[in-house]
Amino acid sequence: MKPRPFTYVRPHSVAEAVAALSRHGESARILAGGQSLVAMLNLRLVEASAIIDISRLTELSNMRVVGNALEVGAAVTQNRLLTWPDLAKRLPLLAVALPNVGHFQTRNRGTVCGSIAHADPSSEIPLSLAMLGGEVVLASPRGTRTLKAQEFQTGVLSTSRAPDEMIIAGRFPLDKSRTAAFREVSRRQGDFAIVAIGAYLKDADTICLGIGGAADRPFVTDIALGKPVTDQIEDIVWQLGGHEDIHATPHMRRDLVRRLAPIVIEEARA
Amino acid sequence: MSEIEKGARVPVQLVLNGTAHTGFAESRMLLSDFLREVLGATDVHVGCEHGVCGCCTVLIDGVAARSCLTLAVQAEATTIETASSLASADGELNHLQAAFRKHHALQCGFCTPGILMSLTDLLRREPEPTRERVVDVVSGHLCRCTGYSGIIDAAMDAVNAGSPKT
Repeated sequence: MKPRPFTYVRPHSVAEAVAALSRHGESARILAGGQSLVAMLNLRLVEASAIIDISRLTELSNMRVVGNALEVGAAVTQNRLLTWPDLAKRLPLLAVALPNVGHFQTRNRGTVCGSIAHADPSSEIPLSLAMLGGEVVLASPRGTRTLKAQEFQTGVLSTSRAPDEMIIAGRFPLDKSRTAAFREVSRRQGDFAIVAIGAYLKDADTICLGIGGAADRPFVTDIALGKPVTDQIEDIVWQLGGHEDIHATPHMRRDLVRRLAPIVIEEARA
Repeated sequence: MSEIEKGARVPVQLVLNGTAHTGFAESRMLLSDFLREVLGATDVHVGCEHGVCGCCTVLIDGVAARSCLTLAVQAEATTIETASSLASADGELNHLQAAFRKHHALQCGFCTPGILMSLTDLLRREPEPTRERVVDVVSGHLCRCTGYSGIIDAAMDAVNAGSPKT
């Protein structure tokens, strides 16, 4: 299918983008990589009066270390973040999670912040951001504000972004761990995860465990290594809320978490 | 700020397989449709139109991407390469295409142009990928004829034969 007609806006600065967003109102959408948005426009799952294309804004195409976090601009693609030279050393969770994001071809255009904005509960990038305690930077005519990942994503495809706000950057805290592990179950490599699980060692006795695809948003919790892991996982699977769709029943998702989580935790300890 | 009103048709300029072209497009026209219907590049195959099948994959400024998930107006002033850029002017197949023929890496051929362009991008960036890496890249395409093993074999053969003509 094809998108319904819309007005296309190409701003030359973030200020112009924010102004266009206010002017066109609630049904305007920000287009960065378009790997989710254009598909949804094609399927007419989303209707937009205006599309504001920020993909060429040089202001938003930077990755830089700010304090103890990597700030990723809203036009930076997923494959570009994958080639950040310090990724494996300073953001090991992203180094193992990002190869699961879509396919090589969609990562070439799909953006890191676009994935955060889309807020799919099975997405790897919002899950990683939540696990690392990262932040989302939003701009509007009122200025900028920063939200914790967990405050930003409120449910399935829903966030606390106001209609006149746009994401300008995501901040991923660096050096949270030296190693990390990530695995997911999907019908085909690169398809939406039925269940995605990430883990990293927080300190000698604690694992940070993150679960995607099994609830309406990323689920992040601590696992105490001094206590039996399977008992703790059994508690967790009943907290996930029983997300059901065409791919899996809540029962299957709980079972996948039971089987996958101990493997990922073990890998994260190694 | 530039703005294209709903329904307005505007000129889009780009370089397709080494030749500069201008065509007219509405803001909602997909790059895949622009290439096929306006510029006549029917080697761009359109399958699912929501980014799943990979048939419409082309190189946009040297980078493999779904042309159905890109608007034609976004391709303004870019360089586009499609499968018909791969063979030489007299029709001689490049290493990758010849390997596809040798390994029966296609039957109906519908998915082939997209896969060739993904592998072209991969082999330019990483001239000696592992088999696992090739499988990862080809996983972004659906092929309903071959079962993929011929495609993977052909790609690995092209790796050993040297990088494809660029």
